[in-house]
Amino acid sequence: MAKTSINWAQIEADPRFQELYRKKTAFLWGLMVFSVIYYFLLPIGAAYFQTLFKLKVWGPVNVGILFAMSEFVVAWLIAFVYSHKANAEFDAMTRQIIAQLPGKGH
Amino acid sequence: MKLDMKTFSVACAVLLLIVSSAPVLAASGAVDDKFKWMTFAVFGVIIGITMYITYWAAKHTHTTSEFYAAGRTVSGLQNGWAIAGDYLSAASFLGIAGLISLYGYDGFMYSVGWLVAYITVLLVIAEPCRNIGKYTMGDILAFRNEPKKVKTVAALSTVTVSTFYLTAQMVGGAVLIKTLIGIEYEVAVIGVGVLMLSYVVFGGMIATTWVQIVKAILLVSASLLLVFLVWTPYGFSLPAFLQAVVGDVKVQTQVAKLLGDAATSMSPEELGQRFLEPGLFLKNPIDQISLGMALVFGTAGMPHILMRFFTVPTAKDARVSVVWAMAIIGGFYVLTLFLGMGAAMHVGPATIAGIDKGGNMAGPLLAQYLGGGADSMLGNLFLAFVAAVAFATIVAVVAGLVLAAASAMAHDLYVGVIKGEHASPQQQVTAARIASVIVGVIAITVGILAKGQNVAHLVALAFAVAASSNLPAVFLTLYWKRCNTGGIVLGMLVGAITAIAVVMVSPNMTYPLQVQADAQKVIDGAAGKQDAINAGLAAASDPEAQEKYRNELAKLDKDLTKAQDDLKKYAGQTTSIVGLEKPLTQLKNPGLISIPLGFLCVIIGSLLYRDERAERMWDELYVRQVTGIHAE
Repeated sequence: MAKTSINWAQIEADPRFQELYRKKTAFLWGLMVFSVIYYFLLPIGAAYFQTLFKLKVWGPVNVGILFAMSEFVVAWLIAFVYSHKANAEFDAMTRQIIAQLPGKGH
Repeated sequence: MKLDMKTFSVACAVLLLIVSSAPVLAASGAVDDKFKWMTFAVFGVIIGITMYITYWAAKHTHTTSEFYAAGRTVSGLQNGWAIAGDYLSAASFLGIAGLISLYGYDGFMYSVGWLVAYITVLLVIAEPCRNIGKYTMGDILAFRNEPKKVKTVAALSTVTVSTFYLTAQMVGGAVLIKTLIGIEYEVAVIGVGVLMLSYVVFGGMIATTWVQIVKAILLVSASLLLVFLVWTPYGFSLPAFLQAVVGDVKVQTQVAKLLGDAATSMSPEELGQRFLEPGLFLKNPIDQISLGMALVFGTAGMPHILMRFFTVPTAKDARVSVVWAMAIIGGFYVLTLFLGMGAAMHVGPATIAGIDKGGNMAGPLLAQYLGGGADSMLGNLFLAFVAAVAFATIVAVVAGLVLAAASAMAHDLYVGVIKGEHASPQQQVTAARIASVIVGVIAITVGILAKGQNVAHLVALAFAVAASSNLPAVFLTLYWKRCNTGGIVLGMLVGAITAIAVVMVSPNMTYPLQVQADAQKVIDGAAGKQDAINAGLAAASDPEAQEKYRNELAKLDKDLTKAQDDLKKYAGQTTSIVGLEKPLTQLKNPGLISIPLGFLCVIIGSLLYRDERAERMWDELYVRQVTGIHAE
């Protein structure tokens, strides 16, 4: 691999790279912050909102159990949303940037 | 290669010898003697399959890339199963089902963090690491920092984290094998060690990956079957199943026991329902949050997990593999809810805790029950299968850890630091194999030395060190332009040392004064309790009640002996290993303190240190981690 042939600063300055980075960063951090907050609601709820967690809603099934199960669903949703977005959008933008490279890098 | 095949045959012969002699060495365990042959037959089949995989993998393992990264030929789906196989250790497979069977809701809540952890891996770690890294965490850190310095620190941290985790797995695994089938502790440690070493040394990452895949599939199939059996009578209805759990006398008795005096005014229905509510096990929310932080940030810093992302061809495959891993791991934890609750209802918390205090036997005992009970052929076949899967689990997890530690020693320390990156491909593979043997021998030795020690907190400590030391360094070198060698070295050292130091002064350690006081309390209260039980025994008329009182007497006797032993053992001692009379902090998990400190020290160190290369290389790292151009 001829690593010297690529001008990294030039790619970095490319508006398409800038756009990819901006979009990706905003999207990732949004999901990350949301997931961390949602996760820590569980131990906080279990410790400080026990009346709510003990509320029976479906036979013996209470809010606490449903909330714990929702953690799984939310984690899967985040994985799905991210991979969908990355496959559809980020990968295509990356391919465009790579296609513009002299000698196409790879 | 000829020599390797010859050595491989010798290793196989040694293993066969161990396996065939095991029934003779086996004393007593959960599996009845007359069904023990079945357990060993299942063991034999599983070992046979993994040995064949290793034989096949050894023929394809020649280069460094093949040894450390399976030649980057693993697909996203395969890697997803392998990650699940790496992650679902005996602690999570048997431990969480056990916690649920003993404490209900809190056990289930505990399992959530282990899955959520993968969101961090997916969003911020997997793809950039695949784009930048080669074989180890040290490679990622060395990209724009001074290689010798950061590789040394990275190797130190990797070996520390792996050793903590490895010790917990070895000790926990050997105890488990002894409880299940009665193989002596030392024999179990050596058996696991030799088997795991043969996978790693001969088959490298290719064998390790496939052993993990096979094990994960076995584990998930076994769990699915058990959940199917336990849930069918209730028409696959969640409320109907849980209604049966809360209505069970064994569950109600357990809750009454856990709540103590507070339970006297509660009706049986209330007691049963309490099993589905928080607060029976996890008492301190701050500790909970601290552990949660260690999981959410530590998983992404575990060297054996990071290493898995170097085995796939592209960043996209890395992404796919995390998504699969999350589906498998999450699905598995949902299954454990049914396994744990089912065990609580059918086997009963008292019986489960009677065999193993931590509840590790919940899954295996449920399997035995569902197959038809302790005297049935099918019940014991089920138990044998679960026991064999547990064994495969321990071996697979340990293999992944040994490979990670060995790569840090051989690739980072030997090739990178000592040889200054000048080593022939042949030398590199040889170094990797020798390092694997060294780590394996250390693992076996530490495993035997740690016999009888309480190592459960070592798993949490491994995650805490990874979260406080590895993650801040990897994260900031990937995402923060100003980050440099000074920050990496300072942050990793301070993060790791703080995490370990906080545990050393925490309630996890043994405090002789506390132990003595507790023992004295047991001894002082014994006479009164004994009188009460004897009075009850005298008054009881039916044999069942008499039996119950006799059991209570036996238990009291056992507690008393243990208290006297404790008094003798700690006589004259007043302080813990680090010289403390009582813990300095009530925090059992150090994450809350050590993780922010780790991040802070990377930032401070970077600001105080001048490193032109780190800044010059930023453009390249930044473009490459986003686009994957030039990824190996």
